[in-house]
Amino acid sequence: MSASVLYDAPGPRGKALNWLYSAIALAILAWVAWIVYSKFDETGQWEADKWTPFLKSETWENFLIPGLKGTLSAFAVGAVLALAFGFVFAVGRLSQSRFISIPSAVVVEFFRSIPMLLLMMFIYFMQQPLGLETNVFWAVVLGLMLYNGSVLAEVIRAGVGALPKGQAEAGVAIGLSPGQVMRTILLPQAVRSMLPAIIAQLVVLLKDTALGFILAYSELLNQIPKIDGNFDNLIPAAIVVALIYIALNTILGLVANFVEARTRRVGHTAGPVGHVAADPVAEAADLVQKGHAAGSAGGGGGGGAA
Amino acid sequence: MDLISESGSVILTSFGLTLRLAVFSGIFSLLLGVVLATFRVSPVPVLRWIGTAVVYTFRNTPLTLVMFFALFGLSYQLGFSFDKDLLYRNNFWLAVLALSVYTSTFVCEVLRSGINTVPLGQAEAARAIGLTFTQNLRLIVLPQALRSVINPLASVLIAMTKNTTVAVTIGVTTATMVNEASGQMKSLMERNSDQILLIFIIFAVGFMILTLPIGFIAGWAAKRFAVIR
Repeated sequence: MSASVLYDAPGPRGKALNWLYSAIALAILAWVAWIVYSKFDETGQWEADKWTPFLKSETWENFLIPGLKGTLSAFAVGAVLALAFGFVFAVGRLSQSRFISIPSAVVVEFFRSIPMLLLMMFIYFMQQPLGLETNVFWAVVLGLMLYNGSVLAEVIRAGVGALPKGQAEAGVAIGLSPGQVMRTILLPQAVRSMLPAIIAQLVVLLKDTALGFILAYSELLNQIPKIDGNFDNLIPAAIVVALIYIALNTILGLVANFVEARTRRVGHTAGPVGHVAADPVAEAADLVQKGHAAGSAGGGGGGGAA
Repeated sequence: MDLISESGSVILTSFGLTLRLAVFSGIFSLLLGVVLATFRVSPVPVLRWIGTAVVYTFRNTPLTLVMFFALFGLSYQLGFSFDKDLLYRNNFWLAVLALSVYTSTFVCEVLRSGINTVPLGQAEAARAIGLTFTQNLRLIVLPQALRSVINPLASVLIAMTKNTTVAVTIGVTTATMVNEASGQMKSLMERNSDQILLIFIIFAVGFMILTLPIGFIAGWAAKRFAVIR
């Protein structure tokens, strides 16, 4: 059902009313914008020297690019590790041996149910007692891996669950071992159908790298106080950083849309193509609940941790 | 077990604060989420644009940045304050504001997907008997949509409960300077470096105690209130 069936095509009176409501909404919007504008003006946020630093290459070279590098390297390593973790535990949880499936389920449900920030802090503080040098990069990356990997494991598992039963049965019928069925028949199709949901989870992972700010990992968000220290422009810096995040996520979203359209067109999977959900994780969790009502404790799930 | 006898009451107080953050943010994010969803499906184009812009902005911005902006931008730079005298109260409500706005965009999208599960005929029938857009939404579509999104909504609320830990960016404390759970766990770990695993397990279990009931209640409610079609 699309939104448009909620109301009739407006007649003359409806059109007039819509214009009226639009005008009222615009007036309120203008009023809010005016409040923001005058507050910014009062505190001198519009002064040119607060914004011009972002037009200089030094600001980008010294602050934003290094921050972007920190964010993207945590994202890249975290994404690769989370995908590997997700595959291992999805397969583990689907294993026919209970000695593998139950521990895998426990691990996945545990890491899904606790806040990622606590995981990162734990890994951060645990390094020293273990005789390792405290490394904030690995604390952030391993935290990202454990949480997002667990969510990805559930997404992949849901993808396998959504495949028609005949796929696995046909594999067994031609004499493949359970491992071969999983590796050569189920996983390739599940990944294809779940690719949009997997990419959507990577958007969550990208946003979650910002948690590194709390552990003083040098990522994008951590550059705001530094830029502010140099140019006394905290709000402009925060707005620029927010725009960078929005741009990065938009790019990933476009990739997800492209992949979804392509999978729909080309096929190559017996499963339903996971559309790019309005709320990917909640929807993935929902899918998991539908597909595997028995396995899901309902304790985990949930959208982006940050 | 010295840790429990020494810090047990502090840990309980800190989870009490986390719970209060979660309850207030939950209420406000649900209310704001319904408003945003209404905007996004409304016949008034300007409202649709506003809804879309708000959702797109906050969904693609990390919560840490939203929290950071609430404290340093909104409060310190722009001078916005919930309580000019009591810093801890100001910080608490700033965190609730940040968490509510951020979470409401997720609530909005879940509700919108719920509206899509209501069969076309329902809305058409409502229009046929002459209900207006607001009557249609309020009496026919939203009650059914809400009942079909109990589980995904619970996932959002569970994520929000876990997200209260990000309030450490603002430094939310009680009147007696006890931090919310993540800040408290951090300071306990700094002071007891020989018991880090134990501290982590205590806080992890604490969050499971907070979040598991949401999942169970939602599972029960989803069955109880399921729309039979």
